[in-house]
Amino acid sequence: MRSIATLLVSATLLLTGVTAVFAQADDITIAVALEPPALDPTAGAAEAIDIVTYQNIFEGLTRIDRDGSVQPGLASDWTISDDGLSYVFSLREDVVFHDGSTFDADDVAFTFERILADDSTNAQKSLYEVIEAVEVEDPQTVRFTLAQPSGRFLFDIGRGDAVIVASESAENNATLPIGTGPYAFVQWDRGSRVILERFDSYWGDRPPLARATIQFIGDTATLINALLAGEVDGTNNMAAEALEVFANNPEFQVLVGTTEGEVVLATNNRIEPFSDLKVRQAMAHAIDRDALIEGVTYGYSAPIGSHFAPHHPFYVDLTQTYPYDLERARTLLAEAGYEDGFSATLKLPPVGYARQSGQILASQFAEIGITLELINVEWAQWLEDVLTNHDYDLSIVAHVEPFDIGIYADPDYYFGYDNADFRELIETLNTTTDDAERRTLAEEAQRILAEDAVNGYLFELAQTGVWRAGLEGMWQDSPIEGLVLRDLRWSE
Amino acid sequence: MKAWQHPSFVVGAALSLIFAIVAMLSLVWTPYPITEIDIGRRFLGPSEAHWLGTDHLGRDMVSLIMRGTLTSFFVAAIAVLIGAGIGVPLGLVAAGFRGRAEWAVLRVSDFIFAFPALIVAILITTLFGPGAVNAIIAIGIFNIPVFARVTRGGALAIRPMAFVSAARLAGLDNWQIALRHLLPNIAGLVIVQATIQLSLGILAEAGLSYVGLGTQPPDTSLGLMLRDAQALFILHPFLSLVPGIAIVILVIALNLAGDGMRDLLDPRLRSQDTRNGVA
Repeated sequence: MRSIATLLVSATLLLTGVTAVFAQADDITIAVALEPPALDPTAGAAEAIDIVTYQNIFEGLTRIDRDGSVQPGLASDWTISDDGLSYVFSLREDVVFHDGSTFDADDVAFTFERILADDSTNAQKSLYEVIEAVEVEDPQTVRFTLAQPSGRFLFDIGRGDAVIVASESAENNATLPIGTGPYAFVQWDRGSRVILERFDSYWGDRPPLARATIQFIGDTATLINALLAGEVDGTNNMAAEALEVFANNPEFQVLVGTTEGEVVLATNNRIEPFSDLKVRQAMAHAIDRDALIEGVTYGYSAPIGSHFAPHHPFYVDLTQTYPYDLERARTLLAEAGYEDGFSATLKLPPVGYARQSGQILASQFAEIGITLELINVEWAQWLEDVLTNHDYDLSIVAHVEPFDIGIYADPDYYFGYDNADFRELIETLNTTTDDAERRTLAEEAQRILAEDAVNGYLFELAQTGVWRAGLEGMWQDSPIEGLVLRDLRWSE
Repeated sequence: MKAWQHPSFVVGAALSLIFAIVAMLSLVWTPYPITEIDIGRRFLGPSEAHWLGTDHLGRDMVSLIMRGTLTSFFVAAIAVLIGAGIGVPLGLVAAGFRGRAEWAVLRVSDFIFAFPALIVAILITTLFGPGAVNAIIAIGIFNIPVFARVTRGGALAIRPMAFVSAARLAGLDNWQIALRHLLPNIAGLVIVQATIQLSLGILAEAGLSYVGLGTQPPDTSLGLMLRDAQALFILHPFLSLVPGIAIVILVIALNLAGDGMRDLLDPRLRSQDTRNGVA
């Protein structure tokens, strides 16, 4: 009986499969690891929110393209005053929200007032505090006045945190997101999937696919089976150990790209023995990055020598600042007064790269006499102990914000790195708009961090997408959190 | 019946003994240190240098199995000690005093039995954090009512016997009777139950470690090895098979030994089912 049922099911599958090929499928199912807690990207830090909504449901004045460049979004063009303090945006016409209301300058003003309000729940509010005023000049023109020049303002307003929402619908965006994007929200089956549908009144180019389902599959083995069985058409990030399954399979394509996630061995610079530069240098010399990258990401990640993404135009390769050299490491430890090494704890959040890196680093540090006790913690505990209370020795985590070298300018941040020169440098960098000057400053900032060995700089997380053969338009790299659907299509 | 004439007992006891010896050996010697990570030699198949190959971090599988067995034995054994240490006195109190004490012991046992063991184990480890110690406590708690019931049942069967009545007439009180006459006569029963609980404890530890609530790296256990191997099953099934088969053999061996021991110690108990424990 069962075999007959199976046969019927396979026959049906075969039939639908065949029809799909002939009719040129115009839908897609994509698996992602984490389900978002809500669907409002302007009111939460979770990357999972942006994965579902950014540039699909919601759009900002600018948008970040697949190469990390800033492109016009809801603003068709803009002019910047000579002092860099005033931005005038011309808004696109004929833009409507998914509920039919029209988009104009009032929505822009409302969005930024909401971000900057006292009771704002925006995760990146501090990025936008540079804005002094948002004035509506006419329904199609809006003027931003900044307190000081900002070299990254156009990028920041293109983030998921600054997408334009309407005053009528903003309150419900967490569960019923209404944006201006090419895809409209249809339904959210909690614990399972979100369904999006092409928005027919979209102002821009009509996206090729009519329907997209984003399926939440956290377990790697389940995801592999779902891909092999044809239940999902791809995933933006497959666990590195499983890529081998798909790499030589002609039914799939594997896309290896970059992300903005710098994985660092976060070091508590406030406390002994890590407050001693020699100790940090010794630790840097004891890290065998190649083995670590091979072990954790199967060679799919790029090594970093400072807190900076290797694909960024301002990047300098500093991985050889303190090359892997156990002799040198032992000498430095001895000079610092730790001939026999020391013991420390390493708190690891519940993500594969951290837990695996922890085990490997513990084994590498053991070579120079540093004994690490691994403590596995959940995210809530990590946020409280490490990030908030600074109650840790060492930790491993990926910092996924683009261009986030500025976090080292905050002595109250959990690294406890207090360097007045560096703070001044970042201050200058933030207010510089000239590209060549910004490059010089950014390079200098990377060098200071590398030489001070503030943290152990390990590697840049790779984005390892697995997609069904014939699908085109995926983003290989991930310069910003998101899974952009607008260019996806099945080849002829 | 002599012990060597009972084939399943001989096989079970011998296998259990081998596992126990290998596990103890890992305290002083393993072919490679289990914390020694060498990415260059990972996913090796069985060879002369690595009899069972190496895992995803290049660790020697034989060494991991040895230490993993030790952890599993250790967790299960301490849990049995907790269960017997508290459960047996409770059972003796219930049988020796009857009345309210017995009622209380039985109702508390019922209460603990009413919860699915694994769920409560998950609750305990969620509240107090994952780790081998909390796994021991979680499994131990569920051994208490098992031992309490077995002890009470055995003691009640002995209580009406003439020598117990004689002792009572001689002026011994309930405590003295329980310790001098009831306990020695049910010791065999408790030992059999302990063997069975040991195998169930090993399964429970494997289950907890598999869901990430038991033993934590860099230490290892058979369940944790299964967890590590799970995502790699399609590419490297061998990594799952080795700890999986080790658990199966170990649990079967302990069950055979326990059943055999029961037959040998008291043939009348054959019909009773003593398998009512954790997980």
